[in-house]
Amino acid sequence: MSNIITAENLSFAYPPQEGKLAIPVFENLNLEIAEGSFTVVIGPNGCGKSTLAKQFNAVLLPSGGKVYVLGNDTSNEQTLLEIRRTVGMVFQNPDNQIVSNVVEEDVAFAPENLGVPSAEIRKRVDDALKTVGMYEFRNHAPHLLSGGQKQRIAIAGVLAMQPRCIVLDEPTAMLDPRGREEVIRTIRTLNRARGMTVVLITHHMSEAIDADRVLVFGNGGILADGSPREVFTQVELLRAANIDVPQTTALLYELKRQGWDLPLDALSTEECAEAIANALLTQTERSQK
Amino acid sequence: MLKDITLGQYFPGNTLVHRLDPRTKLILVVVYIVALFLAKSFLSYGLVLAFLVLAASISHIKPKALLSGMKPLMIIIVFTGLLNIFYTTGDDAPIVNWWIIKIYKAGLIAAFFMILRIMLLISGTFLLTYTTSPIALTDGLEALMSPLKKIKVPVHELAMMMCIALRFIPTLIEETDKIISAQKARGADFETGNLFRRAKALVPILVPLFVSAFRRADELATAMECRCYHGGEGRTKLKVLKYGKDDAIAFLAGILLLAGVIVLRTFGL
Repeated sequence: MSNIITAENLSFAYPPQEGKLAIPVFENLNLEIAEGSFTVVIGPNGCGKSTLAKQFNAVLLPSGGKVYVLGNDTSNEQTLLEIRRTVGMVFQNPDNQIVSNVVEEDVAFAPENLGVPSAEIRKRVDDALKTVGMYEFRNHAPHLLSGGQKQRIAIAGVLAMQPRCIVLDEPTAMLDPRGREEVIRTIRTLNRARGMTVVLITHHMSEAIDADRVLVFGNGGILADGSPREVFTQVELLRAANIDVPQTTALLYELKRQGWDLPLDALSTEECAEAIANALLTQTERSQK
Repeated sequence: MLKDITLGQYFPGNTLVHRLDPRTKLILVVVYIVALFLAKSFLSYGLVLAFLVLAASISHIKPKALLSGMKPLMIIIVFTGLLNIFYTTGDDAPIVNWWIIKIYKAGLIAAFFMILRIMLLISGTFLLTYTTSPIALTDGLEALMSPLKKIKVPVHELAMMMCIALRFIPTLIEETDKIISAQKARGADFETGNLFRRAKALVPILVPLFVSAFRRADELATAMECRCYHGGEGRTKLKVLKYGKDDAIAFLAGILLLAGVIVLRTFGL
């Protein structure tokens, strides 16, 4: 599998402001995002997750090192539009990303900017809205929709560019549990059914459980990188970095500390329940003997 | 409490008037206003009124809706009428001659025409906003003003700004409501005191509102850049404006109205 995003020795610091020194966010970062993968980025507040995401489509440019999107250097002005249409981005507050007061006009915004012919825009808009399940709302006003629906419109707006990768910066942070579920389901479908590369930045560990890869970010670097099972079993490391572990892992970890013989990598609720049931069974069998 | 404010109210529908190209409607409103200002007699005013009634009845807009739009302007209408009654002098003897007040027949007629003209003017433009969605209106204005691009008027930017402003009106109203509630919860008083005090009480609402609006603007700009916005150059449209058969009929009606008024004017009728 080829890489869609490559960061080489990436450093970034916010430029110095009056009377203050430059604030380094991360230094000498090396990172690849494989095409078609589902990567979840977690980390404590203010660790630079969002700043990192903004490097991926040239909203921010590295102050040291390079970022390549499909081999194109993000600091090259010539390929800027090419990079931005390859890597789409969805932000936290859906209200602040919707430009028009008709849903379909908003979804059409990106292809309009790219100079796509009208008939093709129509097709892309309908297709994008059907993908996120908001086709029936195409003539509605966005401010009358729920948070989850608005965020799905924002995702459709990015999909209409036909990007190969979509970066979502805490898209569920402002949503209620139902809206969160809607959005996460949509993102999963995009990855599984359409093979789209997804980079999801989140605070909700439950959203990280079935990712291909989890990146733990903190202290200006990558603390852990691997499959959810590999990452979440390192409970001490995560707790030291002020990051929650999924509730299932937390439960298993505490039980294990009490002397139960349990695996830590049962991440889904079902797996966790099964592991505990098995442990209980062995316990009773042992006591019967 | 701010939910009741309507700006550029639009009544969705699917009538002939609703379906007309926004450019056609904008041009027709200009033609209508010109005809209105050329009208001088009962007959020509009648013609303009007939045009308005016809358009309103086709669009299924109720006369009540057109009249209710005039309420905030009632003072101006009445004031203009009174000025015309008292300050117009005629050749014949005054109808009322009491103290310094002299009212002539010509004054009454002038006042009647002036009031009729203002009311027709307002209803005509209201009919436009009632039957055209703000987005269509913006598109129409952008298309009509596009020749001005040659003399470096930022037409696309103006249209984009209008579109975004329209989009954010409900969002900011909602936000204002929230800020008012938050300040009230902390003991702010907006309802008592004289005008000066009340105006001063608005400061704790406006400051957070402005701060948040700037933050929104910043985020929106980033989001727009992420969606490849790079100005009006090489931009296409989802809905391309196209003149149809209905537009030809509407234009014909507009020309007939203008011609009718001009003919009546030249013959002094």
